Amino acid sequence: MEYAEILHRCFRCGYCKLPSSYQDLNCPSYLKFRFETYSPGGRMWLLREWLDGGIKTSERFQEILYSCTACGNCVEHCIFPKFKADLLNAFTAGRVELVDRGVLPRLVSRYFKAIYNYGNPYKLLKEERGKWAEGLDIEIYKDHEHLFYVGCAGSHDERGQKMTRAVASLMKRLDVSFGILGADEICDGNEVRVMGEEGLFEHLAKQNIETFQKAGVNKIITLSPHAYHAMKNYYPFFGGSFQVLHYTQILAGLIGKAGFTMPSKPLKVTFHDPCYLGRHNNDYFTPRVVLGAIPGVEIVEMDRSKVDSLCCGGGGGNFFTDILGGGPDSSSRVRAREAAETGAEVLAVACPKCAKMLDDAIKAEDMEEKLRVMDSAEILIERLVQANEENETATSVSR
Amino acid sequence: MKDVYQQLVSIVGPAYASNHPEERFFYSRDGGTMEPREPDFVVMPKTTDEVQQIMKLANEREIPVVPMGGGLVLSGLSRPLKGGIVLDMKRMNRILEVNETSRYVVVEAGASQGMLQAYLKKHHPKLKHSVPDAPPIATIAGNVLIHGSGHLSAMGGFHTDMLNGLEVVLPTGEMVRIGSCSTSPYWFSRFPLPDLSGLFLGWAGTTGVATKIAIKLYPNRPFNDVIIFVTEDPEIVPDVIHRLSGVAVAEDILAWMTPKPVWAHGFQMLNVNYGADSRRELTLKRDLLRESVSKYIDEKVGGFMPLPPDMKKRFLEAPASTLAVFADVNKGGGFEYVGGIMPIELFPEAYRKGLEVASKHAVTYSLGARIIGLGHCMMFFYAYAFNRADEADVKRAQQALEDTNGMVLEMGGIPWKAEAPAQKQIINKMHPPTYELMNRIRAVLDPKGIMNPGNWEVS
Amino acid sequence: MYELRYDPQICEECETVDCLMRCQYINIDLEEAKKERQKIIAGQDSRVLHECATCYACEEYCPYDNHPFYLIVERQEQLETRPVPIPIVKQQIKMMGPRGQIVPQKVSAPVINMCFFPMLTGSIRGKLFEGASTIAGSDIFCNIMWLHFAKNSVIRERLPKMIDNITNYYLKDSGVDEVICFHDECYGAYTKLAPAFGIEVPFKTIHLYEYLTKRLWELKDHIKPVNEVVAYQRPCSNRLIPETQHWVDEIFELIGVVRPDREYDRENALCCATLIRAMQREELADEIQNKNIDDMQAVDAKYCVFNCPMCLMTLREMVEERGMTPIMMSDLCQIALGESLWG
Repeated sequence: MEYAEILHRCFRCGYCKLPSSYQDLNCPSYLKFRFETYSPGGRMWLLREWLDGGIKTSERFQEILYSCTACGNCVEHCIFPKFKADLLNAFTAGRVELVDRGVLPRLVSRYFKAIYNYGNPYKLLKEERGKWAEGLDIEIYKDHEHLFYVGCAGSHDERGQKMTRAVASLMKRLDVSFGILGADEICDGNEVRVMGEEGLFEHLAKQNIETFQKAGVNKIITLSPHAYHAMKNYYPFFGGSFQVLHYTQILAGLIGKAGFTMPSKPLKVTFHDPCYLGRHNNDYFTPRVVLGAIPGVEIVEMDRSKVDSLCCGGGGGNFFTDILGGGPDSSSRVRAREAAETGAEVLAVACPKCAKMLDDAIKAEDMEEKLRVMDSAEILIERLVQANEENETATSVSR
Repeated sequence: MKDVYQQLVSIVGPAYASNHPEERFFYSRDGGTMEPREPDFVVMPKTTDEVQQIMKLANEREIPVVPMGGGLVLSGLSRPLKGGIVLDMKRMNRILEVNETSRYVVVEAGASQGMLQAYLKKHHPKLKHSVPDAPPIATIAGNVLIHGSGHLSAMGGFHTDMLNGLEVVLPTGEMVRIGSCSTSPYWFSRFPLPDLSGLFLGWAGTTGVATKIAIKLYPNRPFNDVIIFVTEDPEIVPDVIHRLSGVAVAEDILAWMTPKPVWAHGFQMLNVNYGADSRRELTLKRDLLRESVSKYIDEKVGGFMPLPPDMKKRFLEAPASTLAVFADVNKGGGFEYVGGIMPIELFPEAYRKGLEVASKHAVTYSLGARIIGLGHCMMFFYAYAFNRADEADVKRAQQALEDTNGMVLEMGGIPWKAEAPAQKQIINKMHPPTYELMNRIRAVLDPKGIMNPGNWEVS
Repeated sequence: MYELRYDPQICEECETVDCLMRCQYINIDLEEAKKERQKIIAGQDSRVLHECATCYACEEYCPYDNHPFYLIVERQEQLETRPVPIPIVKQQIKMMGPRGQIVPQKVSAPVINMCFFPMLTGSIRGKLFEGASTIAGSDIFCNIMWLHFAKNSVIRERLPKMIDNITNYYLKDSGVDEVICFHDECYGAYTKLAPAFGIEVPFKTIHLYEYLTKRLWELKDHIKPVNEVVAYQRPCSNRLIPETQHWVDEIFELIGVVRPDREYDRENALCCATLIRAMQREELADEIQNKNIDDMQAVDAKYCVFNCPMCLMTLREMVEERGMTPIMMSDLCQIALGESLWG
């Protein structure tokens, strides 16, 4: 197994479980299951023992490996500078080993199979892929400056679609030159990679690269930070070097200049950093710039933000497999409660998976009355509509 | 055993009771050198009531029970030497009450040091507790119950000295309250009642399971500084400690002696941390501390390191996160230490003998001493790093630790949170009637001998 | 070997004894100053050897460049007056010693010598330093600091090796014959200290400020005047090279900042006091720092500008607490060029 040589170096000191403030558990799987075995240190020690044959592959062991959301909190907070960067790589390598040995949780094999057969985990036919765009007058990529890559959740999940439509509409309104692949778009493969199916990831990456290159794509805007991560940091290994931007990175420069009229009522927003934009790619700034550029938006930070952000629980394939599972100690629900504590009306996200996970969590917590999950494009569009209404009211009154 | 598992599940729920090989593996060992001992079950209670039910079950079925906090003791105290149940207490992690005026906090036994630190910082910024140098996931209760010490020990002594009260579930399942909370709604002190807390402190989990604990809080001052006294003459160190601690302004005094980095080799450094409510007060305290050791400064045999504020930051951090990094010095993932509690005057001997042991076993070492109270005693630590992937190296460190335990006892010190074998070494030196009394007490509290058996035992 | 080039006769004939009379830390009248000077020349103990704050200023005050300060240090060492406690000196000698980690490296001009401050190489960026190579580390440490520790012997032992290292590991094979010293200490060490001890320096040294001035002239069109008041913290090592002082004013003028007259600037500059703390003279150190920072605040300085990284580390927090922004000179120039400090 790759990275096997660092496994014994874990001292199980537990910094990996915590944010910088130490205030509460910040590892989603440990937070949920609470046995030490489900913490990053637990994985290190168990993997070593498993490789040595001391423990056998079991459903439990699989659950321990696949309940990791790859959020990167352990990498961020491990205090051993010489190997901390490879913690997640070691866990991924462990899952690669499970794939190689052909001993996978059923939910995981199903996920891989669906992606292999359908290009998405929802087992939907390719014709469904671009349906979110109906009625928005969005062009198929031709010679646009950017390809807008939507991804599986943004294309097929109901909550994701809502976000996709908002982002696409806003980009249109801001005159961003972009087209989509529509039915020809397939999964970016980021979760496949993290879940250890290296072959399938390579297959997806190469296929995507070929599609992009054939279409003459140079610049890609992704909806999902997961796709952003894969395309920016892993596609170059397969010969695909594109300029990859997360959609907030396009919006950041444009919103402030657009001169939008906004409603008079201010809006209190708290921002949930997506792991693949934040900890994995070190961009905590741009999404805040976007929110800050929306007139009337006041950002309040949660206790855990930026490098200390608590993952929504949807990473590492858990968005689909739900191996991490729900319950009051699930990180999405803990996060929803934390967001509510700030007094914000809106929990802002920048990832379709976070949107769905946190939306569900707010429902489970019965907090829909006081807190809504929205992405920055959704916020902006809603405020434009409100401003229009205010304007009309004002006009009709003056009449 | 199957039915025991079922009963445990019925007490804590299926998610929080395990008999899986994965948990049995992980909870069979800690980060130190002691050999693994597998539990049959790992259970995570959420309430005192659940703990009581578990204890009643265990008592009835005569199943060993080992309570565990952070599991960071390194000397293997939470390994179940005779199997049975490991009680991972970390789900009981609520902070129940902070009394600002009388400066105490009541927490559940699984609450972590880090959690309390963050909680106080946010809600009671003028208060702090004495943070040990264990990682922040270590539990408050676990640390107090083993007689820990920390960043306020020069002011408040052992963490046991800072204990105000306990809620304990006895091995037979009854819950008892210890201290003022037994008689009053307040957790202000262990006194003036007969002090029963001694029945549970320092016993390595052999007398009961603490479920709640109250500890003293201290002023968290806005201005903080550290000065570091350096000398290369260990003989003067006891007097330097005596003088510095006698000023009674230090919150923490910590000696450290290490061969790496090269500039530290051969010197004895004494970090003195103190806080103040104003810059002026901080300067006054600094001057008082310096004045106390002016004799040595005038003789030029010691002095304070010139450190710009930036370089002081890591010495002001509590817990010192750099300490655990010692485990990776040889890319080996482990260290363990002997903490010898001893009088201050033994410093030169303790230091020299530590170097001898390290040299004899060729182990990578780091030595130091945390001063307890106003120089009333110290916890002199001998830390040895080892490579977990190299059995011979682990054995070597184990041997060095065993020698060190013997050496500490011979000098007149007593190993702290001693490994089971070292507990036997202590018992051998102990006044026999004292050990007899310990056994009589244990027999009363734990008639079936289910609490962490194998500890504080001769055979 | 490496005898100090000092002429006792010059001192004996000196009527003004500026070295002691102008000293900011020793209160002395002319008559006593002359007596104490004689003692120092004769190799006898003197109150000067005990009260000297090792601020280097007398090197500047001496009208004859006769190295009165180097002589003081020489005598402190010979007579073992020990301005700094023994273990602190020993520890510093170990801490700052060459680690033998240097490896040959091809460099191209301009070569910026960062001395023992590799953490500052991030400052070498942007238009000012386009195409620059940097060198840094314990093996090219200029070792001038031992003047504060009564350890000329360490300078004699280490400085020649450092000069060899710079030459042999970097310059010779790269066909480069000059280095730009980021820090006053290095420039002072190679242009003044080394010659005073007869240590040969085979390469040419250029002061950072000379280089910056030249670059700023070239980039003049890009400069947006900073339009702020600044205080300058002149480091002790600049006392060895007062002739470089004018660059400071020239740079300030180029980037549009004002350096108002203040009491403790230029020839009356105060030490950052780190080394005074090493001497265990905390009260004196407090006093100097407070006077200095009060003085900066009195002119409403927005920035406190540093050349010496040690001065910066020492004073940063205090300066910030008083509402000023501590900044290295090169960083301030980058601000004037509209460059972000964080890339």
